[in-house]
Amino acid sequence: MTTLPAGPTPKRLGLVIDLDTCVGCQACVVSCKEWNTGGYPAPLSDQNPYAAEPMGAWLNRVHSFEAGDGADGRTVHFPKSCLHCENAACVTVCPTGASYKREEDGIVLVDEELCMGCGLCAWACPYGAREMDPLGDVMKKCTLCVDRIYNDNIPEEDRVPACVKTCPAHARHFGDLADPNSEVSQLVAERGGMDLMPELGYRPTNKYLPPRPRKTEPGCTGAPAALEPAKPEGGFLGWLDQVLSR
Amino acid sequence: MHPALSIIFFTTAAGAGYGLLLLVGLAGPLGLLPGTRWLGFVLMGLSLGLIAGGLLSSTFHLGHPERAWRALSQWRSSWLSREGVLAIATFVPAGLYAIGWVFFQRVTGLWALFGLLSALGAVATVYATAMIYASLKPIRQWHHPLTLPVYLLLGLVSGALFLNAVVYLFGVDYLWSDLLVVLLLPVAWGIKVRYWRRIDGEPTVSTPESATGLGDWGKVRLLDPPHTEENYLMREMGFEVARKHAVKLRRLALVFGLTVPFVLALIALLTSGWPAAVAAVLAAASGALGIVIERWLFFAEAKHTVMLYYGRDAA
Repeated sequence: MTTLPAGPTPKRLGLVIDLDTCVGCQACVVSCKEWNTGGYPAPLSDQNPYAAEPMGAWLNRVHSFEAGDGADGRTVHFPKSCLHCENAACVTVCPTGASYKREEDGIVLVDEELCMGCGLCAWACPYGAREMDPLGDVMKKCTLCVDRIYNDNIPEEDRVPACVKTCPAHARHFGDLADPNSEVSQLVAERGGMDLMPELGYRPTNKYLPPRPRKTEPGCTGAPAALEPAKPEGGFLGWLDQVLSR
Repeated sequence: MHPALSIIFFTTAAGAGYGLLLLVGLAGPLGLLPGTRWLGFVLMGLSLGLIAGGLLSSTFHLGHPERAWRALSQWRSSWLSREGVLAIATFVPAGLYAIGWVFFQRVTGLWALFGLLSALGAVATVYATAMIYASLKPIRQWHHPLTLPVYLLLGLVSGALFLNAVVYLFGVDYLWSDLLVVLLLPVAWGIKVRYWRRIDGEPTVSTPESATGLGDWGKVRLLDPPHTEENYLMREMGFEVARKHAVKLRRLALVFGLTVPFVLALIALLTSGWPAAVAAVLAAASGALGIVIERWLFFAEAKHTVMLYYGRDAA
C-alpha cells in the first residue's frame, strides 16, 4: 500500500552522518554493496564492471564537496543514501504498491516482486536515493540493512547497517530518531543535526551533523600558544648567546 | 530530465486522442455532429486509436511491462495509478458511444449520455497525466501551476485540429470547428509561452547549499564525484539541453505548433472544398509536430534536484 503511515511511526530508525569526521574512504560504499548484493535486495547488479564504462546500482555513494574559500573553506566528504523520509513521495507516487513505508519503524522499502520498473519513484526523490537495477529492471534502495538489524542469527554487535559497522572514522551512527534519549537523537541535539533540502518538506529521518567550527585561536588545543624565547644564562650556551648577540 | 521517446509519444498521442474524444463526446449530444456511420467510425477510431497507441507506447519504458496491470491498484495515493484507472474506465463510455454512433447511427438520447461521460473521462485522464508531473516537487519546472493548464489545453488544441481535418475530409464544413481551432491555438500557446517565461524567470528552489546543508561555510562546489562513470541517476535526470538549442526549439515549437496551423486554419475557414481540406489536414500535422517539440522540451528543460549533488548550480 503506497499511502504513508497515518501518523508518526512509533520508531523512526535512521542514520546520523557526521560530516566532520567522514574521511571519504568509501568503505561504507563498498560494504553496503557487498552486503546488499547478497542480502535482502540481491542481486545488486553491475554491468561491464571491468570494462571502459561500468554501470551498476549502488545504494550509498560518497560525494566530496568544497564549501567556502581559503582558510574558512572546508572540504567535506558527503555520504548519501536513502533518508527514509516521513513524507516519502517515492512511496505515494508508486502505482503498483511496490514501494512502502513500514508502520512500525518507518523504514522505506521496495517489494521487488511488485515493482514494474517505471522509475517514477526515482523522479520523486529529490536526493537521488533510488537506482534502477540494470539487470533486474526493478528499483533498488537502501533497506537500512533490515536483514541485519533484526537478525537474530548474527551477533548482537553486528545488528547495525553494514555501512555503520564498517565505518573506520565512526562517522555513521544508527538508531531510533523518535526516541529523544537515543544516542543518535542526543548527537543530533548536541551537534545541530540538519535536514537536507528542508525547503521541499520531505522531512527526512536521516540527519547530517555539520562540520565543527575550525579552531583558529592560538592555544585552543591546550598547548602553549608560542615557545618562550630561550634566555640561556652562563655556561657554554650563555657564552655563545653573548658572542652571537654582539 | 531524459526525454524518453515512448513517454513523449504517449503524452502527445493520448493528449490528442483525449482532446478529440472530449470534443466529439460533447459535439454529438449538442447536435453539432451528425450520427453518420463513417464519420463516427473515423473520429472514434482515430481518438481511441491514438489513446490506445499512446498507452501501449507508455509501457515500452517499463522494466517489467508484464506487471503493468498492478499499476491500477494504488489510485488512493498515486497519480500514475489514477491515470491508468481513468484511462481504462473512459474506454467503457467511449466504446459504447462509438457503438451507438457506428452501429445505430445515434449520438443523441441515451447515447448522448455516453458521449458526455467520455468527455468527462477524457478531461479527468489528461488531468491525471499532468498531475503525475505537476506533483513532483524535485523538478521545479514541472511542479508548477501552469503544467496542468498547458497539458489540458494542448491536448484540446490537437483534438480540435484533428477534428477539423476529419470533418473537412468528409466534405463537411463546420464554422464552429474552424473557429474552435482559430480561438484555441493562441490561447493554449499563449499559456505555454507564459509558462516558458515563468520557468526562466523564477529562481531555483533548491541549491547545492541547501542540498548539502553546508551553506554556512560558503559557496558549495563539487570537488570529487562519487563515481567515474554515469549512473542511472545521471542518465535519467542529468539530461541538459543547451540554452541556445532550447531557444531555437521553442521557436520551432511555436512556428509548427501555432503559426503554421493558425494560418492554415484561417485558409480553411475562408475557403471551401479540397483546398480547405488540404489546409486543415496540414494544420493538424504541423500542430502535432509543434506539440511533440514542446513535449520534448518539457522533459529536456526540466532540472531535477539530484543533479545538485553532481555539480549543477541550480535545479
